[in-house]
Amino acid sequence: MTAQAEAQQAPELGKARTRKEDARLVTGQTNWTDNIVLPGMLHMAFLRSPYAHARITSVDVSAAKQLPGVIAAFSGADFADEQGSLPCAWPVTEDIVIPAHPPMAVDEVRYVGEAVAVVIARTRYEAADAVEAIEIDYEPLPPVLDMRTALNEDSPKVHEAGNQSFDFVMPNGDLDAAFRDAPVVIERTYRQQRLIPSAMEPRAVVATAVGGEYTVWSATQVPHILRVMLALQTGIPEQAIRVIAPDVGGGFGSKLQVTAEEVLALLITRRLGRPVKWTESRSEGNMTVHHGRDQWQRIRIAADRDGRIRGLDVDLLADMGAYLMLVTPGVPILGAFMYPAIYKMDAYKFRCVGVFTTKMPTDAYRGAGRPEATFAIERIMDELADELGMDPLELRERNWIKHEEFPFTTVAGLTYDSGNYEAATARAKELFRYDELRKEQAERASRGDPVRLGLGISTFTEMCGLAPSRVVGSLAYGAGGWEHASIRMLPTGKVEVITGSSAHGQGHETAWSQIVADQLGVPFEDIRVLHGDTQISPRGLDTYGSRSLTVGGMALVAACDKVIEKAKVIAAGLIEASADDLEWSPGRFSVRGDPDKGVTIGEIALAVFFAHNTPEGVEPSIDAEATYDPDNFSFPHGTHLCATEVDTETGMVKIRSYVAVDDVGKVVNPLIVEGQVHGGVAQGIAQALFEEAVYDDAGNLLTTTLADYLVPSAADLPSFTTDRSESPAANRLGVKGVGEAGTIASTPAVVNAIVDALRPFGIDDVEMPCTPERVWRALQSAQNGGQGSAAERHEARQSNQTQGNSPQGAAPATGEAQQSGGVA
Amino acid sequence: MTQINVTVDGVKYVDNVEPRMLLVHYLREVVGKTGTPIGCDTSNCGACTVLMDGVSVKSCSVLAVQADGSDITTIEGLANGEWHPLQRAFNEEHALQCGYCTPGMIIAAADLLRDNPHPSEQEIRDGLEGNLCRCTGYQNIVRAVQRASEAGVTP
Repeated sequence: MTAQAEAQQAPELGKARTRKEDARLVTGQTNWTDNIVLPGMLHMAFLRSPYAHARITSVDVSAAKQLPGVIAAFSGADFADEQGSLPCAWPVTEDIVIPAHPPMAVDEVRYVGEAVAVVIARTRYEAADAVEAIEIDYEPLPPVLDMRTALNEDSPKVHEAGNQSFDFVMPNGDLDAAFRDAPVVIERTYRQQRLIPSAMEPRAVVATAVGGEYTVWSATQVPHILRVMLALQTGIPEQAIRVIAPDVGGGFGSKLQVTAEEVLALLITRRLGRPVKWTESRSEGNMTVHHGRDQWQRIRIAADRDGRIRGLDVDLLADMGAYLMLVTPGVPILGAFMYPAIYKMDAYKFRCVGVFTTKMPTDAYRGAGRPEATFAIERIMDELADELGMDPLELRERNWIKHEEFPFTTVAGLTYDSGNYEAATARAKELFRYDELRKEQAERASRGDPVRLGLGISTFTEMCGLAPSRVVGSLAYGAGGWEHASIRMLPTGKVEVITGSSAHGQGHETAWSQIVADQLGVPFEDIRVLHGDTQISPRGLDTYGSRSLTVGGMALVAACDKVIEKAKVIAAGLIEASADDLEWSPGRFSVRGDPDKGVTIGEIALAVFFAHNTPEGVEPSIDAEATYDPDNFSFPHGTHLCATEVDTETGMVKIRSYVAVDDVGKVVNPLIVEGQVHGGVAQGIAQALFEEAVYDDAGNLLTTTLADYLVPSAADLPSFTTDRSESPAANRLGVKGVGEAGTIASTPAVVNAIVDALRPFGIDDVEMPCTPERVWRALQSAQNGGQGSAAERHEARQSNQTQGNSPQGAAPATGEAQQSGGVA
Repeated sequence: MTQINVTVDGVKYVDNVEPRMLLVHYLREVVGKTGTPIGCDTSNCGACTVLMDGVSVKSCSVLAVQADGSDITTIEGLANGEWHPLQRAFNEEHALQCGYCTPGMIIAAADLLRDNPHPSEQEIRDGLEGNLCRCTGYQNIVRAVQRASEAGVTP
């Protein structure tokens, strides 16, 4: 225990190390998948459906095959017998409908962009030319574009089985009792618009088959999962498949997938016996990389007049798109646990209906279900505060779990191990100058300033670090939640660390070196971290859901423990002492009471390399590996405060200041943690203000480019003020996840700030993204009586309370029952 | 096919290219300069930015034939024995995560500092508007450019 305590206090943990991986990234010596060139390599290009829904009546690739440089061309029918159905690994209910999802459509297409044929040519230019020569006929079918009407009897069907995939219900406590006679009931409907993850590196895959052995390079977050799935999908034995994720340029969940193009690249290299490559264009990617969010959220909250929350009732419609991909149905279900957030309440019910439409499937996007949940609860907390005439921070404080109450089991059944909402909030208020800004806000409102100040609050928490295998198994998740690590002690005293996590921007090569340096007492510079190749790292569950540090980092600690344990036996032999008399201080064993008599870990590594004098009957190796499966999820939290200036004449929203105080437990590398918060906050702001995937009435994606889909630039974003509070997690490193926290926190902070600025005009919602047009229209509508005066609103709410029946058995309300939010 | 003479990172090349070939494809696939990546197909992202006769261009928006007779500097040619001050600053300020936008961002920043050696934060943000990053939220990129500016960059 002493050794462990010392290790945790050792200097590497908490040090702002600059990153090892930068050496190749800032000099252009990178190894993106698209950089790979193999002898004889061919290029694939896909023909994609221009229809949202159509029957394929004929495909003729013969003309394409006649063009110069074209080696082959195939339709879906040419692979019908071997391409299988793309996997969905998260059947959230027993009776979920999981339709067949062929990588290349054979009979019917169900979204614009679905692959229908492929050309394989010598160059990418020749492949693109030949795609134009493919003859294909369709018989158009009616598209299904609005999940709110897709469940109607008379709606066209996306699949024969109908448009409902699943109906998931999770009741906790006596909801009827909580709502019955509740003095205050508020109901709102919020829209989570569809988003496009937009990693800067487009997807790419290279596949080769040599002598019955297959190598697939892919711009993926999940090389290990991909390997298993490719084996199951194609029937190629798992041991004959090697998957490599080389340098990967961002993921945000979009590369947590088993894609049609990866499967087809493998099948085509097998058929042709030559290496093939495919790299998407951005326009192709916007249509065919899985999308995120896309929900309608009806949320009802019951409270006492003093602000105490009694119950929460959540009813979702979630757009699955045309098919269920790897974890499509699980995304909203992850959110199910997070609606109660940091608040205590008596009862909570969650329901989600998954709906098929003729659009690109949705799946994990940074936060995956938790940003949606956090948005809805943090938005309605502001509405409740307004209803009660209470400061929104005071309302939160009245309901949140107090720091002395941890560990705390929430109404959703999660046990939060740690947290200190008081500390994070106090620090955030101070940095933000909350009280001063409230005064300024009132002053500007009273003099009728056309540019109004609004203050937005988000006191978020989240569950991450997916996680205990048994728990995710009980939720029908089709994989474990463990992570693997191995440590190779080299004869020269250097160390190779092999991790099952698969970084694509997170800086594992640096942070993992810091962890191992402390555990083994080896210099940071002497450690090399290897990842992302199933031949080097045969066991792993990859990087997503802010799991790498809390699961993968802890696997490193477990592997280091084993190294030390093995080294102790060798050390005892080398210095001729009893193992019981040895003391470990990171890097060295010494005899208790005789500190000069000792041996370093490097000397032990060399000794087992020679193995001349190692104890008899003891394996001459101190290498070790470990698989770590945590007891619980990780629960980072924080308080984010946003001040917006809203121009009531133009609708323009400007973020004036943004303060993020995050509690991610102990910090391995503050530079990396701050970077994760910055990037996460930016992505959440992007949802609030800029981004939306838009389909037209025929089901064509209109936002296919970065000119139409507004990923913010440097000029669109402010600088953020970040700080941390710290309540160590209940794991040995005391660490929590950080990858998604900023994104989860920031969206409601921004929208709360906008609504806060506009409340005097009778506005209590603006649908995201809160573009100048939408803000302006909300103001116009309010002035024309659309949203009513504050007094009218209040009255409407009072009458609404009397209609507050539980929606059990009924389809969720879809906005028409709502008296607010007239800007849809 | 058209013959072009181009100098890339100090080396002269003579090649025959299709008239429609983009400069970025020429750099990546003919010259082998894969340090310059491609992030989009509509010249919005800026990942492929290179210096052409000392001025930044998005190499997806230039045809290889238009580069005939020009001198191209990519991220691979920026270091001169040791890292360029912007490369150092990007590392020191943690101005990159996945690193995919980094070559274009550094090249665009080099051009910005050539125009304006001591830009304000807003001038940096406006100056890099044509380069998108999805990881960093730009804050550390701004800091890195400020740091390189303080160190005095000569392109």
